[in-house]
Amino acid sequence: MSLVVIKMTSNEKKLSKYDIDATEHPAIDLSSISSEDKKSLEEVGVDFDNIKQTRTATFIQKDQSVINIDQQNEGLEILDINTALKKYDWLREEYLWKSVSPDKDEYTEAAHKFPVQGYFIRASKGYKGGNIPVQSCLYIAQDNLMQRVHNIIIAEEGAELNIINGCTTSVTVKEGAHLGITEYYVKKDAKLTFTMIHSWGENVLVRPRSAGVVEENGLFISNFISLKPVKSIQSYPSIKCNGKNATARFYSVVASFEGNELDLGAEVVLNGEASSGEIISRAVCHGGNIIARGRIIGNGKRCKGHLECDGLILHEEGTISAIPELHGNTNNAELSHEAAVGRIGQEKINYLQARGLTEEEAVNAIVTGFISLDIPGIPDSLNDKIEEAINSYGDAMF
Amino acid sequence: MNENDLMIQLKNVEVTVGDSVLLSNINLAIPYGETHVMFGPNGIGKTTLLKAIMGLPPAKVTSGQIIFKGKDITNWSIDERARDGLALTFQKPPEIRGLKMNDFMNMYGSYEDEEVESLNMSYMIERELNDGFSGGEIKRSELMQIRAQKPQFVMLDEPESGVDMEHMDIIGKSINNLLQRDKMIYERKTVSGLIITHTGFVLDYVNAEKGYVFNRDGVICEGHPRDIYQHIQKDGFNQCASCMKVADFADVFGSD
Ligand SMILES: Nc1ncnc2c1ncn2[C@@H]1O[C@H](COP(=O)(O)OP(=O)(O)O)[C@@H](O)[C@H]1O
Ligand SMILES: [Mg+2]
Repeated sequence: MSLVVIKMTSNEKKLSKYDIDATEHPAIDLSSISSEDKKSLEEVGVDFDNIKQTRTATFIQKDQSVINIDQQNEGLEILDINTALKKYDWLREEYLWKSVSPDKDEYTEAAHKFPVQGYFIRASKGYKGGNIPVQSCLYIAQDNLMQRVHNIIIAEEGAELNIINGCTTSVTVKEGAHLGITEYYVKKDAKLTFTMIHSWGENVLVRPRSAGVVEENGLFISNFISLKPVKSIQSYPSIKCNGKNATARFYSVVASFEGNELDLGAEVVLNGEASSGEIISRAVCHGGNIIARGRIIGNGKRCKGHLECDGLILHEEGTISAIPELHGNTNNAELSHEAAVGRIGQEKINYLQARGLTEEEAVNAIVTGFISLDIPGIPDSLNDKIEEAINSYGDAMF
Repeated sequence: MNENDLMIQLKNVEVTVGDSVLLSNINLAIPYGETHVMFGPNGIGKTTLLKAIMGLPPAKVTSGQIIFKGKDITNWSIDERARDGLALTFQKPPEIRGLKMNDFMNMYGSYEDEEVESLNMSYMIERELNDGFSGGEIKRSELMQIRAQKPQFVMLDEPESGVDMEHMDIIGKSINNLLQRDKMIYERKTVSGLIITHTGFVLDYVNAEKGYVFNRDGVICEGHPRDIYQHIQKDGFNQCASCMKVADFADVFGSD
């Protein structure tokens, strides 16, 4: 099934114009990271202090080098993808490129053709470290680099795994591209929460290509936050809920600015009996164009799905296109969607003004409320990070 | 009466909605510490008048003046009025998603837990603003929100409508307290009020000083609120129109 094409205005730089070769960076201790790098990383949720208490593992990739990899917990394995592929033959046979096809498009092709870096994270059977997240960060520091990443995440039977993944660039990077393949495997009774905070540069091309499978009673939660200017993101992860009662939930909060092109969404394929899916997105347009997609395909008996695409347009020339799609392929699928796109109603602004807020404060309060998604089932430490991102957006914006 | 004793004064105010003049020649004078009550048939423009005083569209003051604490606020923005002490409860407030009521009140004002408790709102204080609020919950939430403003001029638009019996008492007492009617006369100089009521309920709680009856021609009657309410109950507003005990503003404005 192909996606509705909406013409974006900007002329994108050809992929071949980005550099493949990356300068190597040595592995370092977190305490000796440069203050400049630290600042960028902190913005996307990376913790540096007390991480023995706040994080179960850390993975930091700078350009094409892993500069820090560290784990504390038994039952949790974290390796760079190349080491993992050497260590485990089954990884290549059963998981690598099994959810995403290398010839899907030019970005997956490039990620297949050129050397990649990335992480392999596996929570072993029954692992219960879900309350304390693993932190990972994909960081571009070299100007004009095409960063290639391939991640594989496996939550084995009954495991609970929680990952916070930050994506950012150094302030010195003027242009760059990020191609990221992530494959998720959520086994029977397992739970995986994957939270992404993006803060790319204004001229960075971002092409994640992610997909995964959820088995019986498994739960996959994806949170995506991108509230900083970025030239172009195109992301459309797809999750197959294959097992009975398998669940996938996507929450995203994004903002675009002048010249930005955000084409975002998710697909949930409900194959399992009584499987369920939810895709909820909030988009704020300060300029540029946003496409908010969502597709739920109901194949399994008594499957349930719900979509919500809401957009606020705060700039005269901004656009938001909400494209919700529901496909019920069985008579007892229960699928629904809501979509609303527009500017803030004047009566709402006036109402808050009548209590004493200035017009600007009222708009800020309404927008901040709009993007304050209540995400069920994630630990407070993550909620705090999401709130931080939202607040710093509010402070910068208004 | 001396103009210096007046908290708010409407001088020959004309209110327009869209292209049509809804009210004209409105004259009101509310002294510091007094609460007045407005009666009038449905659709006559009572709500619109309160909105006009608050600066809220679609009501527009197209002639005349609003004088608040001696200042001409006719052209002030909504929020300037609110910050200077004007407050209005909304009849149909919009839903503000994601904005919790307690967070909102802390943005513009402050409140005590006891106030929340006494309005029986503890269970809803963290709810999103007006999200699925029932009629009675809206009334209590609106009252709570303007309490947090610490207002000087309180405008209440039918504070009783949609409220169940049990909460009637709670709301009545809270209004009485907000308007300082539970204080000695010499202590209540800082807050004044203007209340629209349909049922007269508020008169059981607030011993208001003055009542007005409105029709298209403006204020057609003024007097003791309980007397007026009794007449309206008995004879309806038609009698008011023929009675036309026109307000005597001569001592405020001088005769012209
Ligand atoms: N937003 C609006 N646009 C146009 N007309 C309005 C609007 N709001 C109120 N009106 C009209 O103004 C008149 C007075 O309404 P209102 O002030 O609500 O009366 P009351 O409160 O006395 O019952 C009514 O005829 C009503 O239809
Ligand atoms: Mg009314």
